[in-house]
Amino acid sequence: MFAFIISRILQALPVMLVVALISFAMFAYVGDPVSIMLGQDYTEAQRAALVAELGLDQPFFVQFARFVGNALQGEFGLSYRLSRPVAQLIAERAPATLELAFCAAALALLVGVPMGVYTGLYRNAWLSRFFLTFSLIGVSLPTFLIGILLILVFSVWLGWLPSFGRGDVVDLGWWSTGLLTWSGIKALILPSITLGLFQLTLIMRLVRAEMLEVLRTDYIKFARARGLPNRAVHFGHALKNTLVPVITIAGLQLGGIIAFAIVTETVFQWPGMGLLFIQSVGAADIPVMAAYLLLIALVFVTINLIVDLLYYAVDPRIRSGFGAARGGH
Amino acid sequence: MMPALLEVEDLRVEFPTRRGLLTALDGISFAIDPGEVLGVVGESGAGKSMTGAAIIGLLEPPGRIAAGQVRLAGRRIDTLPYEEMRKIRGREIGAIFQDPLTTLNPLYRIGDQLIETMQTHLGVNAAEARRRAIEWLELVGIPAAAQRVDSYPHEFSGGMRQRVVIALALCAEPKLIVADEPTTALDVSIQAQVITLLKRLAREKGTAMMLVTHDMGVIAEAADRVAVMYAGRIAEIGPVREVVRHPKHPYSVGLMASIPPLDRRVERLAQIEGAMPRLSAIPPGCPFNPRCPYAFGRCRTERPELLETGATRAACWLYDAASERHVAGARAHG
Repeated sequence: MFAFIISRILQALPVMLVVALISFAMFAYVGDPVSIMLGQDYTEAQRAALVAELGLDQPFFVQFARFVGNALQGEFGLSYRLSRPVAQLIAERAPATLELAFCAAALALLVGVPMGVYTGLYRNAWLSRFFLTFSLIGVSLPTFLIGILLILVFSVWLGWLPSFGRGDVVDLGWWSTGLLTWSGIKALILPSITLGLFQLTLIMRLVRAEMLEVLRTDYIKFARARGLPNRAVHFGHALKNTLVPVITIAGLQLGGIIAFAIVTETVFQWPGMGLLFIQSVGAADIPVMAAYLLLIALVFVTINLIVDLLYYAVDPRIRSGFGAARGGH
Repeated sequence: MMPALLEVEDLRVEFPTRRGLLTALDGISFAIDPGEVLGVVGESGAGKSMTGAAIIGLLEPPGRIAAGQVRLAGRRIDTLPYEEMRKIRGREIGAIFQDPLTTLNPLYRIGDQLIETMQTHLGVNAAEARRRAIEWLELVGIPAAAQRVDSYPHEFSGGMRQRVVIALALCAEPKLIVADEPTTALDVSIQAQVITLLKRLAREKGTAMMLVTHDMGVIAEAADRVAVMYAGRIAEIGPVREVVRHPKHPYSVGLMASIPPLDRRVERLAQIEGAMPRLSAIPPGCPFNPRCPYAFGRCRTERPELLETGATRAACWLYDAASERHVAGARAHG
């Protein structure tokens, strides 16, 4: 188990290094930080001093090593646009995005999995047909359109829910949460639906397809032949066997939700990392973009590690396969 | 006389398809006494497994029982609602499937699969169920059962898995086991062990068994009586010795002739000309008539019921006193 985690982390290291290289390359190829920082009027001496101060006159590998070293300490430099430490900017924005992403993911899983099980079990029920038709909307409508439609209906016409922002936020020192106030929760509803709808329908369709597959297997027939109650057959024997592919997709999708909350955050003016990233792209704010890229890569790598560990927990064949590959138990 | 444990009467199973209604089983009637082992043989597609599935109420949709009755200890079970039938499955009728590699849920410890079956049917607590699970594993010959109870199916060989499946089928102590090709997927060397085990446990527990197979060796070894099936119908049914040594139905005659003898070398095995008809093209009259060397006029128009032939009953007009070629029956003895 411990060796498994270590080997996974070692495999993740090259990925992170490559992403770091790409982030670092942005500094060299996207705009010139020195002229951005100096503004319009400067002397050659000022310029040379700044280049030396930033270490830009040193060899590539030295610069890259320093970049990685700083990044490991959470040090990403100053934002060009806001002249504040990037780490601090991201730390301020991350709770908003993560809260939104986890609400969206929870919605997708808690609604998508039961809907998938239901449509898999009762293929021909009218409700199944309704779910499937509805899921086509989720898959085919673009996120921004769903967001705008939701705002139109629930904010403009009905006036039930706010159309932008996080509402009242409680500051816990290292984390600001909207989950503790009524207005914060209300503000979360529309963006979560917008962000999670695609994942919800994807998970529903995946669970449905897997259920149909698993329900045809011999061990399900045998479970029925042993007279086990339907609840045990469907939610124990069948659902558990659909989990491996569902965990894979759900994990990747959660990464996607965090990384690509940009559109939803823009539509709802959500003060998260996505919005920060979009504004930074507009201003060619390289340090923020580089840090964001690294952070998202870290999120994906971490989620992949968790997904692997979940496989390990769910499927005993993977456990023993891993043991056998390393000389056996 | 003891009443029969299982009675199947005039069972008919139909599959509605886009190209019309297929009759997979037609006029199946037989009975199994308590503790008796009935072998069911026939070619692939003869309806052996489907008969088993119909009895345990697990026909694959859209298949359905269109006519006839299935009675267990006098109680009609083919019309029971799903939930009622569920309580009978496992508890009163156990099932063993063909392929032990796919019959066990790969994600559940085998002990847990035994425990949940016993807890479902016997109302025992978890500790007692676990104790009995280990006992059952010992009974089916799993070495070091107390440790192996927490293993997963993939940690067992095929033969060992089939032993676990047998334990699962028997653990709620049903009165009847429907064993669908229990040895077909196993190595030849393991087959005999598994059949011996099954036979011994059935005798010890007084469990009756419907043993579906296409292996005449298994039938001869384990069954008391045998039913020969052909194209969804029973061709002949009777005591094993009689059917094997003195088959009456021309199909049984051909089937027995195609078993390789052990005591001498033969150049070519005997075979029956032609192939079993598809369900959509079963000929009128006796379904075997196009392949039957003794077929005559009546066989092509009128369907034979099971007729007394002495020791066995055969669905063949040769044994009807009213047939013009009744005497020809003597020749069918071969």
